[in-house]
Amino acid sequence: MNANAPQTGSGFPVVRPVGLTGMLVSFSDRLEERANRAALAFRAAVEAECKAGVAETATSLASVFLRFDPDTLSHDALGDWLRGLLAVRDWFAAPLPQGRRLIRVPTVYGTALAPQLEEAAAEAGMSPEAAIADLGAARVRVLTIGFAPGQPYLGPLGEAWDLPRQTALTAQVPVGALVLAVRQFVLFAAPAPTGWRHVGQTAFRCFRPEAPAPFALRAGDEMVFEPVSDAAFRRIAAQATDGAGGAVIEEIAE
Amino acid sequence: MSGLLVHQAGPACTVQDLGRPGFLGQGLSRGGAADRLALAEGAALLGQEPGLAALEIAGFGGVFEAACDLRIALTGAPMAAEIDGARVAWNASHALRAGQRLSLGAVRAGCYGYLHLGGGIATPEVLGARAVHLAAGLGRAVVAGDLLPVGPDRGGETGLCLEVEDRFSGGVLRVVEGMQTPLFAPQVRARFEATGFTRGARANRMGVALDCPGAGFAAEGQLAILSEVIVPGDIQMTGDGRPFVLLPECQTTGGYPRIGTVIPCDLPRVAQAPAGAPLRFRFVSRAVALEAEARQARHLAELPRAPRPLVRHPGDIPDLLGYQLISGAISAHHDQQGDSE
Repeated sequence: MNANAPQTGSGFPVVRPVGLTGMLVSFSDRLEERANRAALAFRAAVEAECKAGVAETATSLASVFLRFDPDTLSHDALGDWLRGLLAVRDWFAAPLPQGRRLIRVPTVYGTALAPQLEEAAAEAGMSPEAAIADLGAARVRVLTIGFAPGQPYLGPLGEAWDLPRQTALTAQVPVGALVLAVRQFVLFAAPAPTGWRHVGQTAFRCFRPEAPAPFALRAGDEMVFEPVSDAAFRRIAAQATDGAGGAVIEEIAE
Repeated sequence: MSGLLVHQAGPACTVQDLGRPGFLGQGLSRGGAADRLALAEGAALLGQEPGLAALEIAGFGGVFEAACDLRIALTGAPMAAEIDGARVAWNASHALRAGQRLSLGAVRAGCYGYLHLGGGIATPEVLGARAVHLAAGLGRAVVAGDLLPVGPDRGGETGLCLEVEDRFSGGVLRVVEGMQTPLFAPQVRARFEATGFTRGARANRMGVALDCPGAGFAAEGQLAILSEVIVPGDIQMTGDGRPFVLLPECQTTGGYPRIGTVIPCDLPRVAQAPAGAPLRFRFVSRAVALEAEARQARHLAELPRAPRPLVRHPGDIPDLLGYQLISGAISAHHDQQGDSE
């Protein structure tokens, strides 16, 4: 496609239509750290161009979505423009976004609050104690925000955590549920059914519509879900009325 | 006190406008009215902007009382409608004076009816819109005892009606190909187009499930697909291979493969298809789809000039004897004035 961008062997990056008013630039068809980084950097570049006809942009795990007005900007013109921008540099080598933060969230693992920790630990071939130590020390990155408002997909977790989704859905997990599958966490922003395993519970609200900054997380932020006792968690949950759930936030020095 | 008092409300009445575009990157879908055309029709009947909020009523209406003199319009899925016990027309505007009661029954066709107020429903905006987004936890359904505040009404005629094309009983949906269409083999796509579907039991503002006889529709490598962005109109093939068409309040990403996307101007037909209604899909080229959208845009541009005076059937006039019937001209004049204050 272009001279600068290295190919992943199957024609990426690729530009494809989504519906009648969307275009998707994909950097991979599987979860790869460098493709996620490429998507974040490419979205920032698209945003910086303020191209007439582009209504909004978003990233998913390994791609950038653009919603546009085909009356202002034709599919062909947008495709050409995107391919031109792709050729500007090697997006897979792009750095992570500026202004990233590390967010440490008190988390209770297991107990009645997060009933699938033991099951997930067994699937990963660990004792519950080892699983808590491993998950509680993992520093994961917000790969994308999606599905529900402010809801992060976080990864990657270690190889042991490459667990498939459950075939049967859990009927509902609450807000703040930390669920796990395919080497990723999701921190639920709203109560929802899920096929991911509910291993931890936080009092962190990803979406705070009443707050000046309603969306608590940004792609590129890093998170650690630090183990606390059931009693400590309940104390934090009762005290934290701002939705932060006792989280400690610091800037990441680049 | 001004606005519309809710004495009784069906289980799924929510305030809706054109939604919140621009938050896709934050995981918040646009939301807004399930049938956006109905919003435009109500706005045309009241001579106001289509972005004003209205009450979206799924399935069953309720009983409402004007807390001040109001102008109202009724659009979308037709329901039995009465003002103080007298039947009033659908796809029409009416005066609802302070203390008068509006009763809306069950839908007679379609799914979502709309009750518009002159000046719009003026609930507080959250993130730039008034649309309740239940999936995101923004706002809640209307319940008995609520007072829906009304915005400033610049006034105008009532007693107007609109001719509306049927979009309340299913039909053919135009579909464009998307990034995942090639994951479905050509013979699977051909069978998909040839299949007569019916709207299934599972349907809400997030999406609509479809039923069909015979085998489902599977993509190649279905289980290995990376979660990807979703747009309203996308036709997901869920685990059982049955289509699920996404609507304005859908999630923003999903891992099920999508065979194509229903074009925006056909989405009201999806949302309004009642359970059991027949639906078919037809792939169209991008050029055909864009032309259909352009035609819809022209229709919307012409809507404000489309309302016509309501011709009332004598049976609908409760106090017929009170009218001066000697002169038809005077009678008609009186009738119009009666609806326009």
